[in-house]
Amino acid sequence: MDALDRELLNIIQTDFPLDPTPYRTLGERLGIPESETLARVRGLVESGVIRRIGPSFDARRLGYVSTLVAMKVPSQRLDEVAELVGSYREVTHNYGRDHEYNLWFTLVCPGQAEIERIAGEIKSRTGITDLHLLPAERMFKIRVDFEF
Amino acid sequence: MDETQRRIVRAIQAGLPLTERPFDAIADEVGISVDDLLAQLAAWKADGTIRRLGAFLRHRQAGYSVNAMGAWNVPDDRVESFGRTASGMRSVSHCYQRPRFEGFPYNLYTMIHGRSREECEQTARTISQETGITEYELLYTTAEYKKSSPEYSADT
Repeated sequence: MDALDRELLNIIQTDFPLDPTPYRTLGERLGIPESETLARVRGLVESGVIRRIGPSFDARRLGYVSTLVAMKVPSQRLDEVAELVGSYREVTHNYGRDHEYNLWFTLVCPGQAEIERIAGEIKSRTGITDLHLLPAERMFKIRVDFEF
Repeated sequence: MDETQRRIVRAIQAGLPLTERPFDAIADEVGISVDDLLAQLAAWKADGTIRRLGAFLRHRQAGYSVNAMGAWNVPDDRVESFGRTASGMRSVSHCYQRPRFEGFPYNLYTMIHGRSREECEQTARTISQETGITEYELLYTTAEYKKSSPEYSADT
């Protein structure tokens, strides 16, 4: 990753051009040809720096409900339980953390009933009942904007 | 949401193709012009339906190898100022208020990113000093089991 890649990443995280030829526009900003801009972005995708390019929708505005879930899993069962939890399409993020509540995941569902159904199912399938639904009551910041 | 809008959500949610005219491919799939698609995306960005449109990075590969979820016990009347201060930190990507639960007295969550644990701890100390909130824990990520984008069928 060179200085131009970093500059490109700084721009396209938040300011990806909304026009028919975004890489031409980006190239004009950076002083490089459209083809090189696209090649650099492809390289950053292939090397794994960029996970995806696209929109992040506000789930609530699409009628979806989301929640964070905290779960206390016996440490020797963490990988097994994490795998079961992650097998749900509705689980979008799933992390192990160094705390007695050691598994934290997010559920995104079309409604609250579905959230509770899946949480209940995870409890019964794992036998672990120390699980808490922690929906956001207020959002102060949701933005990933790293400067390189 | 009307049917066209639902089709746009379905067509674009997995991401843009890596081509010179990525929006054309999405517009073709939806069956609208690229100008109409771009106008809708701009409107969604403006009203918050789209929170961000652009590149999403894998932080580990981007040099931000350490993630800590800060959990803070903030008195109700100080939630607002805490949220503002924590959100102002560049290395904090998310800041949410959530319910407390038995055995876990924390109601504010900050996702802190750094190149090392020391960097995350320094960010947390700065937040603590600036807000006066001293009861907090940093929960470090030990395993990233899953990180994906939600799949919206948008049929609600």
